[in-house]
Amino acid sequence: MAHRQEIRFLLNDRQVAIGDIGASDTLLDHLRLTAALTGTKEGCAEGDCGACTVLVGRLRDGVLRYQPVNACIRFLASVDACHVVTVEHLRAGEGGGLHPVQQAMVDHHGSQCGFCTPGIVMALYALWMQTPEPTRHQIETALQGNLCRCTGYAPIIRAAEAAARYGTPATDPLNTEREAVTARLAALQDGHRVEVARDDDRAILPASVDDLAAMLLEHPAATVVAGATDVGLWVTKHFRDISPAVFTGHLEGLQQIEVGDTAMRIGAGASYTDCEAMLAAEYPNLTEYWNRIAGWQVRNMGTVGGNIANGSPIGDTPPVLIALGAEIVLRRGEARRSLALEDFFIDYGKQDRAPGEFIEQIIIPRRANGTHHAAYKVSKRRDDDISSVAAAFNVTVAEGTVTAARIAFGGMAGIPKRAKAAEAAIVGAAWSEATLLTAAASLDDDFAPLTDWRASSEYRMQVARNLFRRFWLEQGAGDAAARLSA
Amino acid sequence: MTARRPIAIRGSVHTDLQHDSATKHVTGLATYTDDIAEPARTLHACLGLSTIAHGRIEACDLDTVRSAAGVVAVLTAADIPGVNDISPTGLNDEPIFAEDKVEFHGQPIFAVIAETRDAARRAVVKARIDYTPLPHALDPLEAIEKGYPHVTAPLTLRRGDADAALAAAQHRIKGQMAVGGQDHMYLEGQIALAIPGEDDDVTVWSSTQHPSEVQHMVGHALGVPSNAVTVKVRRMGGGFGGKETQMNIFAAVAAVAAKKLGRPVKLRPDRDDDMIATGKRHDFAIDYDVGFDGEGRIEALDARFAARCGFSADLSGPVTDRALFHADNAYFYPAVRLQSRPMKTNTVSNTAFRGFGGPQGVIAAERVIEEIAYALGRDTLDIRKANLYGGAGRDVTPYHQTVEDNILPRLIGELEETADYQTRRAAILAHNAEGSVLRKGIALTPVKFGISFTATWFNQAGALVHVYKDGSIHLNHGGTEMGQGLNTKVAQVVADAFQVDIDRIKITATSTGKVPNTSATAASSGSDLNAMAALDAVEQIKARLVAFATEHWQTDASAIRFAPNTVLIGDEAVPFPDLVSAAYMARVQLSAAGFYKTPKIHWDRETGTGRPFYYFAYGAAVSEVTVDTLTGEYRVERTDILHDVGRSLNPAIDLGQIEGGFVQGVGWLTSEELWWDAEGRLRTHAPSTYKIPLASDIPRIFNVALAEWSENPERTIKRSKAVGEPPFMLGISVFEALSMAVASIADYRECPRLDAPATPERVLMAIERLRGAESSA
Repeated sequence: MAHRQEIRFLLNDRQVAIGDIGASDTLLDHLRLTAALTGTKEGCAEGDCGACTVLVGRLRDGVLRYQPVNACIRFLASVDACHVVTVEHLRAGEGGGLHPVQQAMVDHHGSQCGFCTPGIVMALYALWMQTPEPTRHQIETALQGNLCRCTGYAPIIRAAEAAARYGTPATDPLNTEREAVTARLAALQDGHRVEVARDDDRAILPASVDDLAAMLLEHPAATVVAGATDVGLWVTKHFRDISPAVFTGHLEGLQQIEVGDTAMRIGAGASYTDCEAMLAAEYPNLTEYWNRIAGWQVRNMGTVGGNIANGSPIGDTPPVLIALGAEIVLRRGEARRSLALEDFFIDYGKQDRAPGEFIEQIIIPRRANGTHHAAYKVSKRRDDDISSVAAAFNVTVAEGTVTAARIAFGGMAGIPKRAKAAEAAIVGAAWSEATLLTAAASLDDDFAPLTDWRASSEYRMQVARNLFRRFWLEQGAGDAAARLSA
Repeated sequence: MTARRPIAIRGSVHTDLQHDSATKHVTGLATYTDDIAEPARTLHACLGLSTIAHGRIEACDLDTVRSAAGVVAVLTAADIPGVNDISPTGLNDEPIFAEDKVEFHGQPIFAVIAETRDAARRAVVKARIDYTPLPHALDPLEAIEKGYPHVTAPLTLRRGDADAALAAAQHRIKGQMAVGGQDHMYLEGQIALAIPGEDDDVTVWSSTQHPSEVQHMVGHALGVPSNAVTVKVRRMGGGFGGKETQMNIFAAVAAVAAKKLGRPVKLRPDRDDDMIATGKRHDFAIDYDVGFDGEGRIEALDARFAARCGFSADLSGPVTDRALFHADNAYFYPAVRLQSRPMKTNTVSNTAFRGFGGPQGVIAAERVIEEIAYALGRDTLDIRKANLYGGAGRDVTPYHQTVEDNILPRLIGELEETADYQTRRAAILAHNAEGSVLRKGIALTPVKFGISFTATWFNQAGALVHVYKDGSIHLNHGGTEMGQGLNTKVAQVVADAFQVDIDRIKITATSTGKVPNTSATAASSGSDLNAMAALDAVEQIKARLVAFATEHWQTDASAIRFAPNTVLIGDEAVPFPDLVSAAYMARVQLSAAGFYKTPKIHWDRETGTGRPFYYFAYGAAVSEVTVDTLTGEYRVERTDILHDVGRSLNPAIDLGQIEGGFVQGVGWLTSEELWWDAEGRLRTHAPSTYKIPLASDIPRIFNVALAEWSENPERTIKRSKAVGEPPFMLGISVFEALSMAVASIADYRECPRLDAPATPERVLMAIERLRGAESSA
């Protein structure tokens, strides 16, 4: 197989080809230090402030899709065959002047110090392209990944509400030039594996999922980089050597989503955003939960497979997926094996994954009759925060009696974990508040949570118990007003 | 026929005008220090930080750092040619680089200078430093217990005999409140770019609120006079007090390295290092003892304010002083004793932050109000009203300044009406009586904030105005732009005085070479001071133009008037540029340096008496919240604010300050939690762990209005009032509303005594505490 030894992408209106590039080079450094596009700012270098927000357009099944992402933790190698759009590329449609989103921000006094502003403009630009007349909730969702310390957001929200009055996406250059850009990106997709390096810092972009499997057999110690929303910090904050890094974000074969008769299958490379609609259709209670996973930029980059493979005790998706009875498919070379997700997590920092093995797919059962579902995330700040406690309930009730229960927690132990004692207390008992409160009381047998900066042990335990009561109020007593919703 | 003249200039005072850089902000073309094109051969620095909280440095092996890829030099205390100190108060207690001992986790010990920023960062972690750990104290109460000293002299304010009045009071309550600190989390971090010049010269571009102090500190570190150092600031990406003194170390290190190596050196710490190694808002532990009558009128207050100051004084003296100055908030204390305890701790040295200690004083006053209300079973608003300054003999503060201009009774009354406070409170009481999982709370809290630096000599400012012969105007002043719109306001004042469109005025970077000996842009004073100085400069030039015109046109000065873009001289209308051009030909000086000092103020710290504040700014907010009693999570449903900015120079900018300040104040009291572990490591050192408000955290309904009838009784710039800090304290309304929701659990019979920040955890634990008390009652 022929290998290409440079990455090629479109940066605003010009094509860039770079061979001298390491795995750990970030898109943001390229923009600011090499391309001298200093409109994109670095505020935190960890994907939490959004000052570095840019749009990345990529062909997906031949269709060009732009999404806002964090350039600070996006590795440069991963934008191969993409169109990177920075704030400098925003243009007015006919008539000149500022772009509608920019003009709305100016007119509504949406900037004070201005440092977060380019990132906010890019997030609002992405929102406007997708939803020109957004609701307040849609605006807040679009801004989950953007911090502003000056304005208190009120004028920014007013600008977002007004943006549609300044122009429509139909005449936006990204739309009017869509065909041409699609053709240019298609021309960049040559089907080759890409291998680039600077000194010892090597990045590999496999040509296909099969090539990925082969590469990992060849380099079992390689770092698999999917959305880079965590690996990015290994580099920007901890200077970890990730070479050789095998990138997977471009592999469409790893992003497929299928809804079958009995199960839904999610490619491990599908982003949180990719999965959102399918999961919400099947499990409506996940809509709110999913919206609280990180911020918009990170949901566009991060993958469900990465969230699992990472092994964190505070990942958002594992408790939910464990409660739903998800399985994962692990692949090593041509060999595949299935594993109940809960069994993947062995201990803190230890997962059931062999060298050279990678998660290929996540299989989630379809919703069964008679089941009650809930997923709760409790965090210090509502949006874009890591949970103090995450809880997911999946309880089957037949004729007033609980016949099965899967209850999983995050933030309560060194791994995402089922509450086995609580489940045992429920199964076979009457579907009642008393049963759930009894189960809540048995959480001490399941968990001894830690105290850290997110929450104390006592609080985690108290909240975990109280969530049993919430589950009853919502699913048993039918009290929909018992929760603060966005 | 004469050409039609516009009836008004563009950008006059008292009008809404966009921030002067708004278009540059939204296009990414506004240049911050890190965006300045780097001069050739620029090097990059990174600080090496202590990894323990307190200890002796036994050995410092930096060889592997020196030999790391791309490293050009490593600097330690031995490399500082001048004095190894950046103490802003001259106490010599804050080394640039620690020498023999470290006093907090994160204290700078050395700096690496490398070809790239990445190389410098990667080299720093290779240092091997051996320490002998010493015992440490992290918070003020622990410090008191362990006999730690004050970092600076404490203050006592007293009036009347508090002990006797307390003993005689009908009711008496003692309590304690913990109030957390706050990281500034300016979106643009600290940064300095030093460019060496000839002789001793060095130019430093940096993101500082206090260029003159940076100049002084760089000179001090280099051992050169101030005239060798030029500091420039075009704009900051946020300051909030965090760049008042905290830039000193970055500028000093960059300058020392630049002079040593003969190359430009930039120092921009990573966000984590920025948060770990720079100071924050002071945490306080407040003890109070209040006596009051059956109507809830305070008879006496005795309170002690212990602050986590960190390892050095920095600005802790004036910060803790200001906490005492605001421990009355808006309330009259017939007898009072307030004491500060500025405690040394083994943490980063805390510093200025919007409000400068004031918020911690105000929240103590509001806690006292709450205690009284819950003890008497009354609405907190009734207790607030009963204690407002006003009436015979009830107008003197604990520092013996008379409150002459209290507009709070009217302001609170109007807000109570427009926000429909009473009806909503009744509805909330009814809702909570149903005993549902979601509880609600509402609170109206006022603020009275003293305007002026309490260090009287800081209340001075300079400006430099040039009118070029083409009629364009170059404006410079000693203040710095950090997003607050100072440059816009000052330019409006200049435009108004010359009666020219604001587009004729070019706002230029603050430079110590243009206006010397400036004060920090702080204490909300930016416009009050600098606009006055700029106006003085303009008036000088105008006087010369008028003198010239009377001679040239042979008319009386009274016949000359500056009309929009035109000067009317007798019957003649002369375009402004033409007058300027003619004046130039007649050899009239078209440049002036302006100056201003605040009148009337004086302060004697020894006796705790004087008039430290020129005037007060007022405001009030009503907030309503819903609390989830199962998790402690909450949502701010609605906030109504009525705020006093006198006659606003720019209502749009002032509204922005109020909205932004309020939300920042809410953040301080809700989700923003600084958390040190037992080893003294700050574990909330980046936005991933330190949570400032997001768009979804602001009130669902957010109504902000200016008290348009208010006019500053003092002769401030166009009768406006300062706006930067006062609205921050309106966030307390959310905190108090949360408290009310929690109090509903025990039928409002007990003050919940929430500590700040009221994270969901603190709220839930308070709820569980009250539930426990209820069930055992």
